[in-house]
Amino acid sequence: MKMDLLTSLYVFMLAGFIGFEVIRKISPLLHTPLMSLTNALDAIAVVGAIILTGEHRSTLATILGTLAIIAATSNVVGGFLITDRMLKMFKASGPKK
Amino acid sequence: MTNWLATDTFIEIIYLVATALFILSLIWMRSPTTARRGVRAGELGMALAIGGTLLHHGIVEYRWILIGLVLGSIIGVPLGMVHMTAVPQRTALSHAFGAFCVTLVGTAEFYLRAPAVPRFMMAVLSMEVILGALTFTGSLMAAGKLQEVLPQRPITYKGQNVVNLSLLAVAIGVAGYLVHDSSHVHLFPVMLIIPLVFGVLMIIPIGGADMPTVISLLNSYAGLSAAAMGFVLDSKLLIIAGALDGASGFILSVNMSKAMNRSFTNVLFGAFGQEQITSAAAEAARPVHSATAEEAAAILSAANKVIIVPGYGMAVAQAQHKVRELYDSLSKRGVDVKFAIHPVAGRMPGHMNVLLAEADIPYDKLLDMDEVNGDFPQTDVALVIGANDVTNPAARNDASSPIYGMPILDVDKARTVMVIKRGMSPGFAGIDNPLYYLDKTLMLFGDAKSFVGGLVRELSGGGQN
Repeated sequence: MKMDLLTSLYVFMLAGFIGFEVIRKISPLLHTPLMSLTNALDAIAVVGAIILTGEHRSTLATILGTLAIIAATSNVVGGFLITDRMLKMFKASGPKK
Repeated sequence: MTNWLATDTFIEIIYLVATALFILSLIWMRSPTTARRGVRAGELGMALAIGGTLLHHGIVEYRWILIGLVLGSIIGVPLGMVHMTAVPQRTALSHAFGAFCVTLVGTAEFYLRAPAVPRFMMAVLSMEVILGALTFTGSLMAAGKLQEVLPQRPITYKGQNVVNLSLLAVAIGVAGYLVHDSSHVHLFPVMLIIPLVFGVLMIIPIGGADMPTVISLLNSYAGLSAAAMGFVLDSKLLIIAGALDGASGFILSVNMSKAMNRSFTNVLFGAFGQEQITSAAAEAARPVHSATAEEAAAILSAANKVIIVPGYGMAVAQAQHKVRELYDSLSKRGVDVKFAIHPVAGRMPGHMNVLLAEADIPYDKLLDMDEVNGDFPQTDVALVIGANDVTNPAARNDASSPIYGMPILDVDKARTVMVIKRGMSPGFAGIDNPLYYLDKTLMLFGDAKSFVGGLVRELSGGGQN
């Protein structure tokens, strides 16, 4: 248990550093789609909600879990959808049509 | 179901692949040419992770999971199809949904484990619930303000920060007590409700111009609460996704606060909405030069280099498509047209870029502040559309100005400055803009959309003869 905790803290720290390095390099041009993309990725919390709901350990847990799945899934679907719609619009000035 | 499929190791490997795809997804977001591949990678990672989770051996009941997934998708599709002008409020709303999910799971986990919750577990659980709850109501408030169903005007009162910070301190105190002794199960609702109230109070003093910072900060909180949930559930995938989201929101908040010249602690403690500055400087009607669309079009068509500076006013007037027509007709005459985007122009980071990209303006013409500021001295015309404070030279040279020190677009260094504005009322922050009284500045009074439309007509009509 103690080792698990320590490993988790290491994982958190390393992911934080990776996040900083990767995201610093993203141009301000794409900051809006970046925010909607990270939002969709963050909705991976849905996996926690799925297990909570499926284990059916108490009625309360199942109700809260189901609501949590709804909220997170709407972020997954909506987040990826709008990010892609935005990115589709970004075009370079190419040769004239 | 076959047992070998449902083993934890198999699921963990799927999570590992999903994590790699998430990181790749962000790496590909660096450039508009690879960004859509980034979305695909993210989608694939998500699909794998959800699919893998459904194999989890602990799951005994699939009905509610399926109902949740289906209902969530039904809600998600319209949220993904909103109009581009509604993106800021949609983003705020999705922060609220993410935080809602995290808070609910945290609450359920507490009641499943109580009354004997190990100390570390209780500590991360408290973090998850406190951050999740305040992000939930805070984001709902932000979305309401952006959608204009709530008053956008900041509401401030004496001792606001003291009240807010004390509330937060009480919540943290309760959390500390529960960490010490988790058998006081009845205290948990207190720890849940206080941050919910705090989230509302935190956003009340926020005005529209502060929204880019606030949305970024809420983004960061949402990520951190998800990472805390990862600790509770011992899910590395969730810890990593939460840390990435938290880092992203954090970087954007820092960018935004720098662009508004706010100290970072000012942002961290949520003390936005500085004292309202009433423009005490009596409006001693100083003379300005104004021009008609015809005169402005003549100057524009004679220019070699034009930089357009869009602001929130352009978004409000829905003028981006007219601006595109102006861009076209000037480009056709051989005028070099670029756009200068201030980091806090609009209501969220990158807001202007999305609107202009939607109007089909090539992204390589959209330059951010650092790229473009050196160009203004060689620019014939700087055309400001619906931006104000981000062009205010007082930020550079008037130490008594409330926005002194804020990085601005050096519009005043261009040979001629044109400002499309409804009237002479001061900008959002109530600060007078000396730019408007310069000899080289022409004020173009009118609605952004119709005035730009007028410019386009003049350019395509009587221009050449």
